[in-house]
Amino acid sequence: MTTRTSFSVSRYAPERGALARITARDSVLRRLDWPILLSSLALSLIGALLVWSATRGRTELNQGDPYYFLFRHVLNTGIGLALMIGTVWLGHRTLRGAVPILYGISILLILAVLTPLGATINGAHAWIVIGGGFSLQPSEFVKITIILVMAMLLAAKVDAGDQLHPDHGTVAKALALAALPMGIVMLMPDLGSVMVMAVIVLGVLLASGASNRWVLGLIGAGVLGAVLVTTLGMLDEYQINRFAAFANPELDPAGVGYNTNQARIAIGSGGLYGAGLFKGHQTTGQFVPEQQTDFIFTVAGEELGFIGAGLILALLGVILWRACRIARETTELYGTVVAAGIIAWFAFQSFENIGMTLGIMPVAGLPLPFVSYGGSSMFAVWVAIGLLQSIRVQRPMSA
Amino acid sequence: MSNIPETGRTPRVQIRLVVIQVLVFSLLFTLGGRLWYLQIRNGKEYADEAKSNNIQQVVQPAVRGSILDARGVPLADNETRLVVSASRTELMKMKDDGKAVLTRLAGVLGMKPQDVMNKIRLCDSRTPKPCWNGSPYQPIPVTDKATTQQALTIREASEDFPGITAELAAVRRYPAPGKARTSQVLGYLSPVTDDEIEKAKDSESPFLRSDQVGRSGIERTYDKELRGQAGVTRYEVDNLGRVMGQTKSDPGVAGSTLVTSIDARVQAVAEYELAQAMKTVRGETDKITGRPYEADSGAVVVMESKTGRVIAMASQPDYDPNVWVGGISAKDYAALTSKDSNYPLLNRAIQGQAPAGSVFKVVSASAAVRAGHDFNDKYLCSSSYSMGNRSFANFESQGHGPITLGDALKYSCNTVFYRLGHQEWIRDGGLKPKKDAKDWFYRTARDFGFGGETGIDLPNEVKGRIPDRQWKQSFWEANKDAWCKQGRKGGTYVEQIAYESCLEGNQLKAYDSINFAIGQGDVLITPIQLATVYAAISNGGTLYDPTVGKAVISPDGKKVREIKPQAHGRLPVDAKTIKDLDKGLRSVVEPGGTAAWRFGGWPQDKIPMHAKTGTAQVYGKQTTSWFATYTRDYTIVMTISQGGTGSGASGPAVRNIYDALYGLDDAGNQDLKRALLPQPQKTLPKINPDGTIEAPAVKPYDPKSQLVDPNAEEDRGGQEPLHGPPPFLRD
Repeated sequence: MTTRTSFSVSRYAPERGALARITARDSVLRRLDWPILLSSLALSLIGALLVWSATRGRTELNQGDPYYFLFRHVLNTGIGLALMIGTVWLGHRTLRGAVPILYGISILLILAVLTPLGATINGAHAWIVIGGGFSLQPSEFVKITIILVMAMLLAAKVDAGDQLHPDHGTVAKALALAALPMGIVMLMPDLGSVMVMAVIVLGVLLASGASNRWVLGLIGAGVLGAVLVTTLGMLDEYQINRFAAFANPELDPAGVGYNTNQARIAIGSGGLYGAGLFKGHQTTGQFVPEQQTDFIFTVAGEELGFIGAGLILALLGVILWRACRIARETTELYGTVVAAGIIAWFAFQSFENIGMTLGIMPVAGLPLPFVSYGGSSMFAVWVAIGLLQSIRVQRPMSA
Repeated sequence: MSNIPETGRTPRVQIRLVVIQVLVFSLLFTLGGRLWYLQIRNGKEYADEAKSNNIQQVVQPAVRGSILDARGVPLADNETRLVVSASRTELMKMKDDGKAVLTRLAGVLGMKPQDVMNKIRLCDSRTPKPCWNGSPYQPIPVTDKATTQQALTIREASEDFPGITAELAAVRRYPAPGKARTSQVLGYLSPVTDDEIEKAKDSESPFLRSDQVGRSGIERTYDKELRGQAGVTRYEVDNLGRVMGQTKSDPGVAGSTLVTSIDARVQAVAEYELAQAMKTVRGETDKITGRPYEADSGAVVVMESKTGRVIAMASQPDYDPNVWVGGISAKDYAALTSKDSNYPLLNRAIQGQAPAGSVFKVVSASAAVRAGHDFNDKYLCSSSYSMGNRSFANFESQGHGPITLGDALKYSCNTVFYRLGHQEWIRDGGLKPKKDAKDWFYRTARDFGFGGETGIDLPNEVKGRIPDRQWKQSFWEANKDAWCKQGRKGGTYVEQIAYESCLEGNQLKAYDSINFAIGQGDVLITPIQLATVYAAISNGGTLYDPTVGKAVISPDGKKVREIKPQAHGRLPVDAKTIKDLDKGLRSVVEPGGTAAWRFGGWPQDKIPMHAKTGTAQVYGKQTTSWFATYTRDYTIVMTISQGGTGSGASGPAVRNIYDALYGLDDAGNQDLKRALLPQPQKTLPKINPDGTIEAPAVKPYDPKSQLVDPNAEEDRGGQEPLHGPPPFLRD
């Protein structure tokens, strides 16, 4: 193990001037992964435009101010950026020490959701209303917590050089720690988030080098769990309906199939170049429900066309591609596992979110990272970007 | 340090990272592919769907064009009624879906709240009527019979009635000027059906849900012209139906006005006289059956001889066309289509067919001339004609000796035509017809237009029937199984006939031709065919397509499309024969002729009258009376089913129509001031610069107007009163 300090570089060169420091070859700024940062920023700003377009006319939501959501989305992005910088400042290794505390806070928060403090939005009792128009969705942060707590456990002995791969006991402990918050989130019920968390766990296990038996076992358990959940009636009716509507959207075009139908019409009508920002009929006509959050991709599809929607896919691709590189190139398993967890999270959540608007995935209430309106999600994904940056910044300059 | 490689990963982790990367990018490519599929490959389809999602049409129905008579008197127009409508989109925005407003509205209109709500609910398979079948974006009429007071209440307190409108709207009306109902000729409207909308979707004149469509009569023939084009305002709406803007809109075009050749005054006379003739004859006893005449139905056609234009056309029984307005009730509809009412929807002038009887003799006389006989040769009018062991009697077995064909028409001598018909049958080869059989009688009948449509501009005209060899054959093929089953040698009359028909019903027998020569047997004709033929004899031989429509005038009055008379053929005889026929028919009303007793006092030298009577035997029924007449300008044909003889049943009625046209009294004195139409109406009604058309007032027909002394009903005679026909002249 090398140094434990996080923002360490400057200490080695106290004599250099400020400008020189940040432009120096080994400066943090130079070592940041700029493609990820710029892609994330680009996605956030495209998101701001799309959110604006989707909410301009929704007077029942924007309190008469067409810029309300635009402003809030930009503000969220700013806060997200700050959170990223903070995360890089602290460094993922520092956070490693704080993981137990974070874990505890997370559990408390999601438990709070289940108390009268929590609020139900769109069938999921997943929110804590703070007041002043702010509300918090703790399950977003739980995703990070799960990644960090599992990475900490699984990588500890390996990074210490005691083991090549995490042993069964460690894996079991890590899974148990992940299972607790997942169980609570399931009770909300926020099935979409649970699905994402399950995929995160899978990604983390894969990257940690845990034995194949665990990986296969987990996949099997996932399938079994899905079967049990549906057969034992643990799903609410709205959830079953969503799946039914996915299987056959024409079933009830005015009811549950409405979302998927209207979403597909919106995207399909965009064509190559789209209708132009603010000019989409489906968007201005407010035919797609939840368009500024879960169905934000339909605005891109309709108003920006294949080119705009494709750009969003490409930017996500850049982030995931760079993240994969970071996962591969870091020297510690801890960093690799955290990166892999984030990759699994971003990839699956994006796939599910965009997939449902394209009609190839069932509807689940998940935001599109950076693009969807929503503070909790925005903050969480920027913290994740911070973690990725930290992993990259702190890997040795040359192997 | 440890055995961990520099990179910090074992090969296992390395491989798994590659797996993760591959998985992640396959997901991204899946999304990209699907995006391409939706946006590029199927983009057009979704774009169309999005458009229809966003545009809602609000239709302002076009005011249907009026139907006018030849002088501009409306036979069908629109009256404005106060229609109270509710806008669903407005009501549905309210918290209680508009319940409070509708309850208040029901209070004002004096209706039950539930009835009002039922009227504006949308129809689907589970909703019983009443319900709204049109577009939910269309204001839905709650009532079209609101009073001014109710409308004012709604308008003045508009804040209490959001989404409710009280406006004047046009509703079809058949005003029956001068009591001229013109029922079957006008036809009627009913709402468009889903099938029709679907069928006409891609045509030039697609239907709108709110459309009323002409179902019969001229309402149907000229439906496209009368309907106009509804105005369509297209609104862009959001998912709640809130209007966001207005896009391309089509201003409506009101329906064109149709001027017909019908003269409401003459129509009123024709309707009255037909009904009166039937009423009168019902009071007379049929000598053959010993029962009063049934006179179950009848028709009269008044036509311009030189153009084929229909001035009046009446059919009995008739009905009030206003029963259709605002949707016919189930009870009324059942009544109109029941056997008891004897189907008043039928226009017997074009849809009633019966054996022709003696009015057919103009065909036979022409056929004889075409077969090489001289019109003015003498032909024996014996009291009966024998063929084998069968004897065909003349009417009342009266003989007239050798006479010309003209006289044969005058006396309506059957035996002259029996003989000619039989001779021709023999000449054509009899039961074994020659290859080049001329079939002059049958051919001439067809050439006169019998057995085919006249082409009148009214829907569903029937063709009648000419029972020639081909018809015999096909009729036999269609019926022989039934005949052979029913037939029995030496059985009852019916069984015997069936037996014979079974064996050789496909053969054109001698007696078929003999009967045919006097318009009896299986021949069927319609009044309009007969009128067309007699008009042709009058005008020198041109068979016109009868027309009711005369001109289509655009709503602004600027464009006038005249409907010109069109001919569908000429009589197949030369001008001399036509003259001969004309002379013969003229002699029918002159002393000795079969119709003379009905035209006492007629100014024959000023207005030459031509006529032919007919009394057709119908198996199992009383005789059908036919009366075909013409002057230089007009042709009038009247028929009464089970009405006895032609001149007997229809004579006075037809004469009264002529009297009204020419302004004659029973003594034959003409008073042009009283004449309704001494000459056919040549001009169209006057169109004002603003597009309106002036209509002269129509006085109801006074049947007493033709009497010399209107107060002396009993003394209807002229200078030479004739009380009843000489028996031998009855036809």
